[in-house]
Amino acid sequence: MISEILYMNGYGPYVWSSFIFTLVSFGILYSVVKSQLTKEQKKFEAKFNSLCSDKIELANKQKTYREILTNTSTSNI
Amino acid sequence: MLNYFNPNNILKIINKLQKFVFALFIIVLIIGLLEALVLSPEDYKQSDSVRIMYVHVPSAWISLGIFSFISILSFGILIFKNKNFSLITKSLAPSGFVFNIIALVTGSIWGKPTWGTWWAWDARITSMLLLSLFYLMFIITWRITENNDKAIKISSYIAILGLINVPIIKFSVDWWNTLHQPASVNILSDTTIHSTMLIPLGIMTAAFVLFSLLIFLMKYNTELIKIKNKGLDRL
Repeated sequence: MISEILYMNGYGPYVWSSFIFTLVSFGILYSVVKSQLTKEQKKFEAKFNSLCSDKIELANKQKTYREILTNTSTSNI
Repeated sequence: MLNYFNPNNILKIINKLQKFVFALFIIVLIIGLLEALVLSPEDYKQSDSVRIMYVHVPSAWISLGIFSFISILSFGILIFKNKNFSLITKSLAPSGFVFNIIALVTGSIWGKPTWGTWWAWDARITSMLLLSLFYLMFIITWRITENNDKAIKISSYIAILGLINVPIIKFSVDWWNTLHQPASVNILSDTTIHSTMLIPLGIMTAAFVLFSLLIFLMKYNTELIKIKNKGLDRL
């Protein structure tokens, strides 16, 4: 059964290489986009933490800034 | 209605959607792979090589669909000067490009056992290659152009110009005598593919759509945070 699935009447190398190429492409795209997102979130957090207290208060009032910080994995807020 | 397109509201929705879409994608992909590689029957002519269809066809559909959507939004960008549309097009392009490459590579792999060649300068294949060049130009424009307004304009013109290629891809198999077979799945006329193959094809298409949605959400989120990063400088 397993060898049949692997061999696929002689078309195994073509079929498996197509599926593997697709899944590897998915994996690469996902990890590149994920790393870009994490980098931007960390950059935002670092910048936010370096603000002076009244600017932090001002930024905290804005919904979007709170949203980003709550979704940053390293955030303490 | 337009308030839903406000980046602040979208950011909230994106963060909730991302994990849900990822989980759903994994489930649908596992079912799709099982159907495509194990449960679906072999073709009477092409034997097991027909299974390549389950990755090749959805990839081609999605890359074409994404580019058409980018082109339509590009008209919106130029006419209504809506900057949110440019964020959407910029976030859609990477997954569209990757699906285009997958369609070309898997098509080439499928061509070897079916036609006896890895590549042919056939109308359908060449127009798909041209589509990948339009995607590449679109992505590179955003990379190399420092002025944001200029990047928006140039990338929009590229997308609109590339729209001419979309009907050529779609109808190339009807207009010219090509190696590539005509469409087996049709919306307006009869579908010539059996349900035992149509179901796995549908499931794999759903999985690929979910993946492109996931990548779009992550990329769009990244772009919004970039904007907010600049906003912090102005506080």
